[in-house]
Amino acid sequence: MYSDRIVPRFVLSLVSLAFLAGCSRSPSVLAPASPEAGKIADLFWILLLISGVIFFLVEGLLIFAVVRFRSRQQATLPKQVHGNTRLEIAWTVVPSLIVVGIFAIMFPTMSELTQQQAGALKVKVIGHQWWWEIVYPDLGITTASELHVPVGQPIEIEILSADVVHSFWVPELFGKTDTVPGRSNWTRFVASKEGVYPGQCAEFCGVQHANMGFLIIVEPREAFEDWVEEWGDAPDEPDDGPAALGEQAFLTGSCIACHTIDGTRAQGKLGPNLTHFGGRRSIAALTLDNAPENLASWLANPQSIKPGTTMRIPSLSSEVIRNLVAYLESLK
Amino acid sequence: MTGYGETVPSLRAEADVWTWITTTDHKRIGILYMVSAFVFFLGGIVEALLMRTQLAVARNTLLGPDAYNQIFTMHGTTMIFLFLMPMQAGLANYVLPLMIGARDMAFPRLNAFGYWLFLFAGLFMYSSFLIGAAPNAGWFAYAPLTEVQFSPGLNIDFWALAILLLGISSTAGAINFIVTTIGLRTRGMSFNLMPLFVWATLVTSLIIVFAMPSLTTGVVLLLVDRRLGGTFFTPGDGGDPLLWQHLFWAFGHPEVYILILPAMGVISEVLPVFARKPIFGYSFIAWSSVAIGFLGFTVWAHHMFAVGLPIIVQALFAASSMIVAVPTGVKIFNWIATLWGGQISLKTSMLFAIGFIGQFVIGGITGVFLAVVPFDWQATDSYFVVAHFHYVLFGGALFGLFAGLYYWLPKFTGRLLDERLGILHFFLILIGFNLTFFPMHLLGLMGMPRRIYTYAPGLGWDNLSLVSAVGGFTIALSVSVFIWNFFSSLRHGQAAGDDPWDAWTLEWATTSPPPPHNFSTVPIVRSRRPLWDLKHPENPDWRTAQPARDASVESKEERVDAGPRRGY
Ligand code: HEC
Ligand SMILES: [Cu+2]
Ligand SMILES: [Cu+2]
Repeated sequence: MYSDRIVPRFVLSLVSLAFLAGCSRSPSVLAPASPEAGKIADLFWILLLISGVIFFLVEGLLIFAVVRFRSRQQATLPKQVHGNTRLEIAWTVVPSLIVVGIFAIMFPTMSELTQQQAGALKVKVIGHQWWWEIVYPDLGITTASELHVPVGQPIEIEILSADVVHSFWVPELFGKTDTVPGRSNWTRFVASKEGVYPGQCAEFCGVQHANMGFLIIVEPREAFEDWVEEWGDAPDEPDDGPAALGEQAFLTGSCIACHTIDGTRAQGKLGPNLTHFGGRRSIAALTLDNAPENLASWLANPQSIKPGTTMRIPSLSSEVIRNLVAYLESLK
Repeated sequence: MTGYGETVPSLRAEADVWTWITTTDHKRIGILYMVSAFVFFLGGIVEALLMRTQLAVARNTLLGPDAYNQIFTMHGTTMIFLFLMPMQAGLANYVLPLMIGARDMAFPRLNAFGYWLFLFAGLFMYSSFLIGAAPNAGWFAYAPLTEVQFSPGLNIDFWALAILLLGISSTAGAINFIVTTIGLRTRGMSFNLMPLFVWATLVTSLIIVFAMPSLTTGVVLLLVDRRLGGTFFTPGDGGDPLLWQHLFWAFGHPEVYILILPAMGVISEVLPVFARKPIFGYSFIAWSSVAIGFLGFTVWAHHMFAVGLPIIVQALFAASSMIVAVPTGVKIFNWIATLWGGQISLKTSMLFAIGFIGQFVIGGITGVFLAVVPFDWQATDSYFVVAHFHYVLFGGALFGLFAGLYYWLPKFTGRLLDERLGILHFFLILIGFNLTFFPMHLLGLMGMPRRIYTYAPGLGWDNLSLVSAVGGFTIALSVSVFIWNFFSSLRHGQAAGDDPWDAWTLEWATTSPPPPHNFSTVPIVRSRRPLWDLKHPENPDWRTAQPARDASVESKEERVDAGPRRGY
C-alpha cells in the first residue's frame, strides 16, 4: 500500500528539490522502509490533505477579508454587526465533525501498529548514556549501536534503560519508543527493504544526547544467518604481532573494567561489548566511522572526540594505541 | 477626539528610583514587569542566536555540548517563565484595571511582591551562568536525568528553586487578577460586558491557579530527591520517572494556554477597533476561552505518547487534544468575521493581529497532526514539534503581544510609535519568523531530533538549518528596529492624546498616560463598548447590540445606576 504512493513521492521530491538542492539522504519519516512507517506516512499524507484544504480556506478568507475590506479614505462607518448565532454554531459543528473524522481515521492505524505478530525475532535494546546496548537473547549475541535484522521477518524489540530516559527511533522504520527506567516498552516492525537505516536517541538524555546514534542493518535472510553464525562465537585470538600485544594491553589495562570481549577475561559491563568490534561500522554510537585512524584518535582521547562520554581512561602511549587498534580491528 | 495636549507627562520626569522601588501603582508595576521581561527576552534572543549559529553547519564547534545544553534550557525557561508570562502579567497589570474602570488592583502590595519575586527569581536563575552551572536539562527537566546521580552540579537546583519562586509569583499575580476582575468592575460592567482581554486574563489566571500546584509539587519532590535523599522519581524504591512527567505536563500543557490566551484577548480588542466593527460573536469568543481553559487540563499525556501508556489511554488523550481544536477554530472564524465587512485600517498593531491569525492557524493545524498518536510517535521530540510550538508561541503569542504593545504603548507613554518603523518591524519579523521556523517542519520529517548540539553532515539537515539561522538573525534585526522605534518615540513621538485609535473600551477614556488615580470620572457602562455609546448617542450599543435583552434595558439601567459604586 505504501509502496505505490506516487503522488506524495512526487510532492516530496519537489519539496526536497526546492530546499535541499540535491543533498544527501535523510532518514525521512516519509521514505518508509517498513509497513509500520508506511502506515504512519499514509496517515501523514491524509492529514496533510485535510489540513491543506482547511489551511487554504482559512488563510484565503483572511487575506481576502483584509484586501477586500481595507478602508478607503473617508469611508463611512461599516455596519455594526455583533454576531450571527447560526453561523457560529455552524463553525463550531463543522470542525467538531472533522475532528471526529480524523479520530476515526487514526484509531485503526493505532491498533494495527501495536498488534503482536507471530514468529518474531526478539531483540533487547538497552539505552545507556550515550550508547545503545543490543542483545539477541535467543541467539546469544550482545553488541552495541548496531542491529542486524533479516528482511521480511517480524521483529520485536524490548526497550529498556540503564540510566535515564532515552528514546529509540528509526524514522524510516518506526516511530519513537522511550526507554523508561524501571519499565519495559516494545516496538514491533517488519523491515521490507534491505538497507542501512540510521537511528538516533530522541529524548534529551544529558551531555552527549546528540551523539547517541545507531544503525539498523536490514539484510537478506542468508546474509543475516551468516552474520548470526559468525557473531555467535568468540573471534579467534591473535597469534602474534601487534594484535597480540594489543590483546595483552587490553586484558591488563583498565579496559576490562568496563568492556567485555567474549572468550577472554574481559567481562566489564559499563561500556559496549567489543567482542566483534572489528566487524562494526561505527565507533561510539555513530560519532566516528570505524576506521583504524579514527579508533586511534578515540583511544588517544575519548573526551575530546565525545566530550562528557563515560569512557574515562588514563592516557595511553602511541605504541599501546597502535597495538590496541590492531587488536580491536582484528575482532571480526 | 479629545486631549491632543501640548505636553505629555514624561515617565522620566518621575525617574526617582526610590518611588519605583516602593510603588504599588498597578501602572508602574506593569511597566516594571514589561521592562524586566523585555530584558530577559533579549537574553532569550541571544541564546536563540547562539543555538541557530551552532547548528547552521554540521559538526560546528562554536559551542560545546555542555554550553549548548545550558543555553537551550535557559532559552526555553526564559521565554516561557521570564518573558511571555511576566510580559503578559505586565500588560494586564497596566491595562486590566483601566479596562474595568478600577483605580488599582485589588491587592496592590501583593502585586508589588509578585513583581519583585519574579525579578529576584529571574536574576537568581541567571546568576547560575556566573559559576558556569546554568540549568542544563531542558525546561521540562525530565527525571531521572535531573536526579543528583546524573546531574550532580548545582544547575538543576538553580532551576528548581527559581521555578518554585516564579510559581509563587505568578500565583500571587493570578489571584490578584481574579479578585480584581470579580470585585472591582465599575458600575454596570457585568461579566457579560467585560472586554474580551479581561475575560482572557481571568481565564488565564484561573488556569495558573489550578495548574501551578502540579509544577510546584513536582519541583518540591525533585528537590527532596536531590538534596534530602528522596526517591520519588527513581525506580526501585517505589519511585517512578513517569510521575515527574505526569506532574510536569499536567502543568505544562495548561501552560500553553496560559501563554496564548492573553494574546487571544489582545487580538479580540485590536481587531474590532481597526476594523471599525464590534467583535463578532462576543459570547462564543468568551466561552471558547473558558472551554479551552477546561479542556487544557485534560490533554497533558499527549506529551507522553512515546512512554508506553496503554493504547486506550493514548486514544483518549488524542481525542481530548483534538477537541481543543474546536474552540480554537471558533475563535479564528469569529475573528475573520470581525474583519468581514469592516473598514480595515492597517496600523502596525493590526498587522500584528492579522499575522497572529495567519500563523496561529498553522500552529493549530500541526497541533492536530501531533494529536494523531501514530504520527506523534514519529514527530514527537523532533524538529517538527519545535516548529509547531513556535508557530503557537512566537507566531501566535508573541505576535499578539506586539499587537498589544503597538496598541497600548501610546497609552503608557503618551506618545505614538512611528508607523513606518512599525511596518518595517512587522515585515522583518514576519519574514524572519517564517524563515526560522517553517523549515523546521521539514527538518523534523527528515528525522532531525530536538535538543542536539551537533549533527553529522550528509543527512540533508544542513541547508535548512542554515536558512533557519539566517531567519534567526532577521528576527533579531526586527527586534532592534522595535527598540529603536520605542526609544525614538519616547523623545520625538507624536503626542498620542487620550484616544488615538478612536477605540471603545474604558482605558481610552482617561489621559495618556493616566493619572495615578486612573480616572476622574468613569463613564457608566451599559454595553461592551462604553465609549462607542458616548461617541454615538444616536446608535448606542446598549440599545441595539443585545436584542434579546432590549425589553429589560430600561429597568437594568435603573438598577445599575442605583447600585453601589464598587471598588473604591
Ligand atoms: C570507565 C569505563 C571504561 C573504560 C575503563 C574503558 N572504556 Fe571504552 N568505552 C566505555 C564506554 C561507556 C563507551 C561508550 C562511549 C560512548 O559511545 O559514549 C566506550 C567505548 C569504547 C569503544 C567504542 C565502542 C563502540 O561501541 O563504539 C572502544 C573501541 C573502546 N571503548 C575501547 C576501550 C579500550 C581499548 C579501553 C582501555 C584502554 C577502554 N575502552 C576503557 C567505557 C570504558
Ligand atoms: Cu539518549
Ligand atoms: Cu500540550
